[in-house]
Amino acid sequence: MTWTELQTALGGEGYVASDDLAVALHLALTLGRPLLLEGAAGVGKTEVARTLAATREAQLIRLQCYEGLDASQAIYEWNYQRQLLSIRASAEDGQTGKAVEDRIFSREFLLERPLLAAITQDTPPVLLIDEIDRADEEFEAYLLEILSDYQISIPELGTITATSRPIVILTSNGTRDLSDALRRRCLYTYVAYPDRTTELAILKARCPEVEAHLAAQIVGFVQKLREEELEKTPGVAEMLDFAGALMGLGIADLTDDPATLQATLTTLLKTQTDQAQITPEVAGRIAGRAA
Amino acid sequence: MTRVTRFAGRDPGPAARVAGFIAHLRDNGLRLGVAEAETALSALNAVSATSPDQARRAMRAVCTGCKEEAETFDALFDSYWMDAGRVRQKVVPTPSNSISDDVHSSRDAKGSEASASGSATAPDGDDGAADSDGTGKLIATAARNLSRKDLRDLVRPEEIAEAEAVARRLGAALRDRRSRRRIAARKGDRLHFRKIIRHSLATGGEPLRLMRKKRPDRTRKIVALCDVSGSMSVYAQVFLAFLAGLLRADTAADAYLFHTRLVRITEALRDKDAMRAIGRMSLMADGFGGGSKIGPSLALFSDTYARRFVDGRSVVLILSDGYDTESPAIMDAALAKLKKRGCKIIWLNPLKGWVDYAPVAEGMAAALPHLDLFKAANTLDDLAALERELGAL
Repeated sequence: MTWTELQTALGGEGYVASDDLAVALHLALTLGRPLLLEGAAGVGKTEVARTLAATREAQLIRLQCYEGLDASQAIYEWNYQRQLLSIRASAEDGQTGKAVEDRIFSREFLLERPLLAAITQDTPPVLLIDEIDRADEEFEAYLLEILSDYQISIPELGTITATSRPIVILTSNGTRDLSDALRRRCLYTYVAYPDRTTELAILKARCPEVEAHLAAQIVGFVQKLREEELEKTPGVAEMLDFAGALMGLGIADLTDDPATLQATLTTLLKTQTDQAQITPEVAGRIAGRAA
Repeated sequence: MTRVTRFAGRDPGPAARVAGFIAHLRDNGLRLGVAEAETALSALNAVSATSPDQARRAMRAVCTGCKEEAETFDALFDSYWMDAGRVRQKVVPTPSNSISDDVHSSRDAKGSEASASGSATAPDGDDGAADSDGTGKLIATAARNLSRKDLRDLVRPEEIAEAEAVARRLGAALRDRRSRRRIAARKGDRLHFRKIIRHSLATGGEPLRLMRKKRPDRTRKIVALCDVSGSMSVYAQVFLAFLAGLLRADTAADAYLFHTRLVRITEALRDKDAMRAIGRMSLMADGFGGGSKIGPSLALFSDTYARRFVDGRSVVLILSDGYDTESPAIMDAALAKLKKRGCKIIWLNPLKGWVDYAPVAEGMAAALPHLDLFKAANTLDDLAALERELGAL
């Protein structure tokens, strides 16, 4: 599969990937390296993994990172309650300590978390490690170990080696600097806001029922809105919501009805100051320019 | 394709050219190892390497690691591979004196040439880009003091060592007790199941000894903003030594100077040699001792750097006298915005130590409602005395 074929395959699933992204994904697949995607919120980083899983008919395993995420939540954990019950039960059956120990530290009592699940599949799954910048540095270190060897050591069980190498996609919103070691392990692509033509293609792929005239207006409006000084710049996902809202209200032209336009802006502007800044007059002006 | 570089006939082959390119990137501040050259070659195999466009995209995915690097990559790629037909004399990298000890101002890093020399000495590399987004929005002022002052005259090495000790103690005082991860501890608030099970095996499954776990203390990240305007110059000695010490004591700390502009000095102060660090800082801080635009500087900070470096676990330390030449409304808005990031804001004002001092300066009055702590500090001892109060935050 060449990168253009990959791009077409992603397109078939409704994801319009830029050339940069397609080449990087292709390399990640052929070289077996993790791919780190950085970019503002709502430019479709997470969606890449979902679409990639769909095109390859692979399972998507998602690990959402958060502050305080640790090994027991990300890799594995023993099922303590079951272990305790099992110990009590076997004590009544008169089993010896050694037999009990072997039994309660077996795979049966192991709770698989996303990272362990990802390396023990029969077919390579897509492993999405979402918002890695939210996890703390300690977790990055765990992750490095797994991403370099694709094996996990469990003291009580021994080392579990990957039965299939997952396709790893990491995303980051850049709220924290990631360690150099992690960056070095990964291929890197910065996902920017799409340009007008790309965004139009995305809108057509996702909402084919939007008419060409309105679609051009929507994309133009959102593109212009991104140039305003906003606290939270609307992403592609917001643009699709906006289009959905306009479709639901049956609007054919953005400049027709300023009141309705203002009402639908709730899909694009997500803070109070942003909503205060884009007054009906400003919205009308932007819509007029976008047309 | 006429722009593609023609390499010399004695050139040993594509592998050497790629190695040369990696060396070229490395000279220009990208941190790449031997493994990247290997990955780059296999990446070129995976795409059609004869198309400059695809080669560029493949190499960019392999060789860059952050947004800033991705942005400079195109120019570096052009200068090596698209040299308009000029013959390259040599593509095999020679071990050059890339770790030169010259002091460069990375603030001047605009063109690729200047940025090359700037980041070659910068231990952490990304200061060039970080600074340039600060300089991109410079606020011009008539009161800017153009004479450069060498800060090395102000700060002595012993003071830095002393300040380092103070900064360490302050960092220790600023523990945050909000970790969600728990570690084993004798007096914990929760049971440590893994340990209990492990130990209960010895007593036939009867959990006789209950192990516990607790939330460990977390360090807070200190972000220091130091005012070096004219009115503050008498106190600069103490504060600059404190900043230098802080960054040496705490690897997560972040430091900025402002007068009429805002400059990030973290990378410069991280220099291994304390005095050279001060030297680099003074190159970046030209305009030292000039007018002060506290409000706009803080506004710029909360719009740019704060988005990346300040979070709920940060403590923003502002060292300033609060004499602002701009409207207090700007200061009010800037601090409100900064506060929204969830950080604590501490303002250390050297004037507050005076008898009868009242924060009547308009800027200072506007700032007061946003502050978690407003204290006097004009000597290192004062800073050290803050320890107890910081612990209470």
